[in-house]
Formats: sequence, structure tokens, C-alpha cells
Amino acid sequence: MLAAIVLAVLVALVVLRPLVESGPGREVVEDARRAELEAAKEAKYREIRDAELDRGMGKLSAEDHRTTDRELREEAIEILRELDALEGRSPGG
Amino acid sequence: MDPTRKRKLRLVLALSVAVLLAGALIYTSFAGATEASTPSQLKASAESGRSYELTGKVVDGSVKREGDGLRFAIRDRNGTESLPVDYQGVVPDPFREGREVIVSGRLERGTFVAERDSLVTKCPSKFTKEENS
Amino acid sequence: MAFAGTACLLVGIFTALYAAVSSVVGARTGRRELVVSGRRAMYCLAALLIAATAILQSAFLRSDFSFKLVADGSSTDTPTFYKVTAMWATQDGSLLLWALLLSVFSSAVLFLTRRSLRDIAPWATAVLGTVGAFFVLLMLGWENPFTTLAVAPQEGAGLNPLLRHPAMMIHPPMLYTGYVGFAIPFAFAIGALITRHTGADWIRATRRFALIAWTFLGTGILLGALWSYTELGWGGYWAWDPVENASLMPWLTGTAFLHSIMVQEKRGMLKVWNVSLIIATFVLALMGTFLVRSGILESIHAFGASTIGAQFLTFIVVVIVGSTALVISRLPYLRSESRLDSLLSREAFFLLNNLVLVLLCVFVFWGTFFPLISEAITGTEASVGPPWFNAVTTPLALVLVLLAGIGPALAWRRITPSGLRRAFRVPAAVTSLALVALVALTNAEDSVLALAMFCLTAFVLAVVGQEMVRGTAARRVITGDSWPRAAAGLLARNRRRYGGFIAHAGIAVLFLGVAGSSAFLQQRDLRLSPGDTFRAGGYELTYERATARLGGDGAGTGAPIAFGAVLTARKGSESFTLHPSRNFYPTRDASKGSIGRYFEGEATSEVDVRWGLKRDLWTAVRPDISQLEGPIQEANRKFADSSGDVQAVVIAAIAERYRTDPPPAAFRSIVSPLVSWIWIGGGIILLGALIAAWPTPEARVRRVRSLYRARVGRELSGA
Repeated sequence: MLAAIVLAVLVALVVLRPLVESGPGREVVEDARRAELEAAKEAKYREIRDAELDRGMGKLSAEDHRTTDRELREEAIEILRELDALEGRSPGG
Repeated sequence: MDPTRKRKLRLVLALSVAVLLAGALIYTSFAGATEASTPSQLKASAESGRSYELTGKVVDGSVKREGDGLRFAIRDRNGTESLPVDYQGVVPDPFREGREVIVSGRLERGTFVAERDSLVTKCPSKFTKEENS
Repeated sequence: MAFAGTACLLVGIFTALYAAVSSVVGARTGRRELVVSGRRAMYCLAALLIAATAILQSAFLRSDFSFKLVADGSSTDTPTFYKVTAMWATQDGSLLLWALLLSVFSSAVLFLTRRSLRDIAPWATAVLGTVGAFFVLLMLGWENPFTTLAVAPQEGAGLNPLLRHPAMMIHPPMLYTGYVGFAIPFAFAIGALITRHTGADWIRATRRFALIAWTFLGTGILLGALWSYTELGWGGYWAWDPVENASLMPWLTGTAFLHSIMVQEKRGMLKVWNVSLIIATFVLALMGTFLVRSGILESIHAFGASTIGAQFLTFIVVVIVGSTALVISRLPYLRSESRLDSLLSREAFFLLNNLVLVLLCVFVFWGTFFPLISEAITGTEASVGPPWFNAVTTPLALVLVLLAGIGPALAWRRITPSGLRRAFRVPAAVTSLALVALVALTNAEDSVLALAMFCLTAFVLAVVGQEMVRGTAARRVITGDSWPRAAAGLLARNRRRYGGFIAHAGIAVLFLGVAGSSAFLQQRDLRLSPGDTFRAGGYELTYERATARLGGDGAGTGAPIAFGAVLTARKGSESFTLHPSRNFYPTRDASKGSIGRYFEGEATSEVDVRWGLKRDLWTAVRPDISQLEGPIQEANRKFADSSGDVQAVVIAAIAERYRTDPPPAAFRSIVSPLVSWIWIGGGIILLGALIAAWPTPEARVRRVRSLYRARVGRELSGA
């Protein structure tokens, strides 16, 4: 029984510390929306590189590659636009 | 063909294939399955010539080796009805009197003639204490 | 000491529940400190379960028989290696292992994602905490590993000899890691659904978790097959046993998920399908854990009726119902963003691949649960065996390998007919060549299915080889590197793609082994006396002599007596020896006699396998000790009360009788062509998975930069 109480106290100490320490968001956390856009951007860049590799390997004809590349870059620009909109908003709050 | 019609056609095609596959699955499994029975069930209502999967416990003292084969008796897990079994083939390591086994075969004139190598012994329960310790 | 263990569990369940509640409240009210607190609670749960495991393991190692688990499953003469594994040979201990792995992996994942996935992580914590609490509840309520015995016995029952195999150390933990591993993407999927955030960063995280879990599960399955091949089941590596199937099913849906998530990432399609797949995978993983403990299916593994079957079933039903309700409620947010551009695209073939994998899973599920299904429909319980399973899965397996070859050759979004021709010209030629060579030079055409599989393996290897060569060539054009450097660079820059291609090659090799060893198996059962010979696999085998060994168990399983045989195999100038034997472990049953008990306990076959790339030669022996009955009974009478040393001499004398004058023994030899390629293929898959999962350094740099940017923004705007 004593063991249970000791353990419970130890756990409580670890677990309740963040609640006791006051202060606004000391933790640095990524903004969820930005993280999503960054991830989408990286994925889109990878797709563009993949398409280039496919072109180099002869899987995509020049015309197919142009079409695909254009589509992908447009999608990437959309993402960058949204990212910039976020940046533009944040300093002022 | 306009797109909606094309989609409907694809849907019908997919569903038909699905129904066919499901039908094949059901048919082959029911046709190819062996019925599981206990000794008392088999004694009561076995069809001769039909393949069954007999489950039960090996009766103590009933195990005899005969040349290449094995003779033993299986009884109901919670009962006393038993059937003699004539078995040929490999005997799994855990096989022992009192253990639960599964063996496939046919009932012929009161003896269960087993399919070769079809004897399966359940791993002695690792979740309960060994009976004889 | 045992009370300390129970105390850990007791505090653990409240910690787990706190983790769940705190995370949920923190997520809903936006109070981050509660979320952090919940995460720390998960760390504490892991620490508590590590402590509990340590207490239990120390009891095993000290042979503390006041612990019921130790008394039932270990003994002073169990080798140390197996004392450690004995913990998860039991129901209670394996529940603890499951909970331990869950809490440790959850803690690791939550720690690594503590600065990201901000919206989803709290809900994931809540799910993982709840699952953890369930397992701890099972232990506290019904199967406590820390139960004590009022009177500690002098000696324990010993670990079941059947489990004394090195694989016992890795197979259950590996398998459980796979099952537990899928809890994590499941938890994050639930979190993503609740917060409506099924976006790119969720995809990226989930895919990595799923890949890791998939790798562990696959390795666990293969290790189980290897174990079965070398020890149990007298020579088979797969018997379509319900427990084997239960581990395969989540692996199949997991594989489907790994592919279809890529389609969602690139085209924003299949959102509902993907969350459903990951939920189904986790449910199947729970079922896998549950089947062994339920007694609802007859199996060589199913250990009869158990005390926690109903609880497990309830939990599974809750998970299914809850997840389904959640998915339905979020359907508006899971609409596809685009459609298939072309049927000649990688996306289309991924869909096909998913279809085949899910069909395979459905078929295996149907066959596994058929006893219950038939009982419900016809009233009689019937079961289907390996012939049915092989018949329904083989065609799908062939299609799967075919797709594994086609996929890598295609491109995303679209490929033109001329591109197709270019992609498949060489592989088609290689495959045709292989077909001709096989028919002309081997007897492979005896089995049409095996021949088809061999050709498909050639096809896949040709495609993968072509992809790597062409990719390296394309890279060389850009970078001007030498061939080796370009190849290494290609792999490094495109880990996911080429890791995946390598895994595909591994699958093809694995199925090569499966096809060869199932279609061309040669099995012989014989009764032999010393001096007899027989032919198997092109070898001439001679039973030279019988052997009897006392103590000194080479495999370290602690068997006091082993009877066996020495066989020599000759083919041309090649010759080697095989030493199959049978280990005899003593029983504690005193009614067998003080001498007899050494011969009447559990016995295991120790097979001897001559491994080879072209074929394996597997031998097992079952010595006939019935003629020793007489001397044993006599010894029981005469030496019942003698000292241990005298008894040892008597046993040695009896054993010597077998060695010098053995009656004919039963032998089984199995020649399995190409079976080693199954294990080699598994290794290649593992390599591919590792390459695919390895994090790229650039991604990390970018993440850190964006974190700092976020911090700058916050510090400028905030305090």
C-alpha cells in the first residue's frame, strides 16, 4: 500500500508541474495551419522532383512532363500563397 | 457515352464481380469444409463415408503403438462417450494422454479411421497450471 | 515485492485515465498546460510499466516461486535465457508486455511530436491512454501477473519445452510491437478525424508510424514461420492456423494503407478509404491479440476457454462502433479533391493493389472465422483447411506480384502508350526468356502455378532493376557522378521510392520461395534401422547409428536426455551429416516413477536442417523407446529411493541400451526447393522498409527553421 502511495505522489509531481508553472505558452509549438502548409509544400516539391526524374528516365514524354509540371507548380504556388497570407497576418496578431 | 452513364456502368460491373466473388467464396467454403464433431455427436449421427473433424481428449491408457500407426481413444471434453481412433502418420510432439486433440477422418464400423498426418494436438494450456505438478 | 508490482498497475491505470481526460480537456479548452500534463502522464505510465516489468523479470531470474507466474512457468533448471522469455509465455505476462510496449512507444511518439501536430496529438494521447488503461484493467481485474501463492513451492513447473526455442525471445515481442505499432497511426487518425485535420502533416506522420509498425509485424510473422519450420508442425512454415491468419490480416490491410495513403498525399483522394483502412488494421490487430486468448476458435495455439474473451470482444465492438460513427460524422470533410486522370497511372494500379490486398484479407477472414459462420448459418460447426486457403489465395497472390512489378514502372498521373512500351519492353523480354529457360532447363512446368510465379518474380526483378539503372543514368546526366556515386545519390534522395522498389523485389523473391517449396515439396516417412538407406532430393541418406546424450544440451534448452540419430547424406562428391534427435524433459508427476519420469514428460523433436539456396533437406526422427519400458519399470522399483547420483547412473545405463540396440525409428525427410528464398526475400523487404523509413536530413532542417519562424512571430506578437 505504501508503494502505491509513493508512486502516486511521484506521478502527481511529474504530471502536475505544468499546471502549477504559470506563464503563457512557454512551449514553442508549430502553428497547426502553418505546419500543414509546410508539409504540403514539401510534398509538392517532392512530386515536382519526381516528375523531373521520371522525365529523365523516359517514363514521361516531353509533352506529358510539361503538363504535369505545370499542374504541380500551380498547386505549389497556391500553397505558397496561403503560407504568405499566414505570415502577413501573424506579426500583428 | 456520357460520364454519368459510364460511372453507372462501372458500378454495375463492379457489383456483379463482387457478387460473383462472394458466391464463389461461399460455395467453395461450404463445399470444402469438414464438420467438427465430438465423439458423442459422431456416435449419434454420423454419415458413413463423410469426412469429419473429431475433437476431444485422449483417453488415459488408451494409447497403443502398432507398427507405423497409432491406436487411441478420444472422449468428449466433458463426458465419457469415447471412440476408438486408427491413425497413421506423424504424431505431434505435445501428444499425450489427457490432452485435447483434433483429427480428421471418417467413421467406419465404429472406428474412426483418420486421414494421414491430420492429428493436431493443442498446445498444453500455457495459461493454466500443468495438471500434474 | 509482488505488491509493488500491483501498486505500479494500480497507479498506472489512474495515470492512463488522467492522460486521456487531461488531454481531451486541454484540447477542447485550448489550455496547453493540460495537454502537456497529459503527455507527461503517458511518460509516467511507461515508467510505471517498465518498473512493473522489471519486478516481474527479477522474480523470474531469482526463481522467486512466491509469484504464481514464476511457479507455473519457470523452474530452477530452466536456462536463464528462457527464464526471461517465460514472462510472455503466459497470459498475464503477455498482457503486461503489450501494455509496456504500448506505453513506451506512445511516449516515444508523443515526445517526438511534442512540437508538431498540435491539434491532433492531444486526441491521440487520449486514445492511447484509453487503450493502455484497458489493458491495465484486464490485468488488475482478471489476470494479475503479480498474484502470489500463500505457500511458495520449492520448485516451479518449468517453461514448456515446446517454447524453448531462440525465436521465443524475439517472435512474441516483435509481433506485439507490430500490433501495438498500429495503435499509433490509429490514434492519430482518430485525432485527425475529430479535429477535421486530415492534411499533409498528418499524412506524413501517419505513414511513418504505419511503416514502422508494418515492418515489425511483417518481421514477427516471418520469424513465426521460421520457428514453425524448424521446430513445430513437423516441417511446415505456414498452416493457415487461425492465430497465424490473425497476424497476417492486419499486415495485409496495413500494406494496402501504405499504398493508398500515397494516393491521398498526391491527389487528395481516398480519404474515407484511408481512415477506414487504418481503423480496420487496428481492429484486426486487437483481434489478433484476442484470438489467442478467447478459445472461440480451435487452433493449435488456442488455449481453451479464457477469462478475458468477453472483455476483449466488448472493447473491439466499442472501437468499431465508435470509429465508424466518427467517420460517418466527418464525411463532409473527407471528400475527394480530384478524380483519376487515367486508368494508366500509378494511382489506378494502387487502387487495384488495394483491392487485391483487401480481398485477400476478406478471404482469409472468411476462412478463419468459418467455424463460427457455418455454425450461425447451418447450425453445425465446420472448418476449412489449408487446401481451401491455398486455392483461394494463390490466384490473388499471383495478381499481387504482377502488380508489384507494374507499379514501379509507371508514373504518377498519366503515362502515354509509348511510355508504357518503353517501360515494359525490357522486363517483358526478360520474363519471356525466364519462361523459356525454366521450361527447357528445369521441370518447373510440372506446376503451372509455380511456373507462373517464377516468371512473375523475374518480371518484378527486371522492372526494379530497370528502374534503378535508368534512374541512376538520369541522375548521372545531371550530376555527372560515377555510376556507384550516382546510384547511392539516387537512393539517398529518393528513399521512399527506391526503398519501396526494393521491398517489392523482396516480396517477389519471397513468393519465389513460397511457390518452389509448396509446389515441389518431397516428403518421405520411413521406419529405419541402422544401416538402412533411402533417397531424398537427389541425395542418398544412410541411417548410420543411434545416439543417446545425457545433459549438455547444445541448444541450451535444459533437456537432460536426448535420443537421436546420425544420418549421412551423399551426392557425388558432396557429403554431410545430419543429427536429428528428440529431447526428453522430466515430468513432475511422481506417479510415473522416479526413473520413469525422465522419459514420460514432454518431448520435443529437434530437427536438423541442411540449409541451401536450391533446396533444404529437413530431417526429424522419432525414436521408439517402447522397448525400454521394461528396464524403466524395473528401475522404478529398485531405485525409487536411491540418491540422485545412483539414479543418474541407472538412467545412463538405460540410455545406453537404446544407443547400442535401437529398434527401428520413424524418420521424416522433407526436401523443400527454394525455401531459403523466403527468408532472404524477407530480409530484402526489411532493407527496403528501412531505406524508405529513414528520415531525410533536409526535412529536419526545414522543420527547425519553421519552428524558429513561429517563435519569432509569437514573440513579436505576444508578451
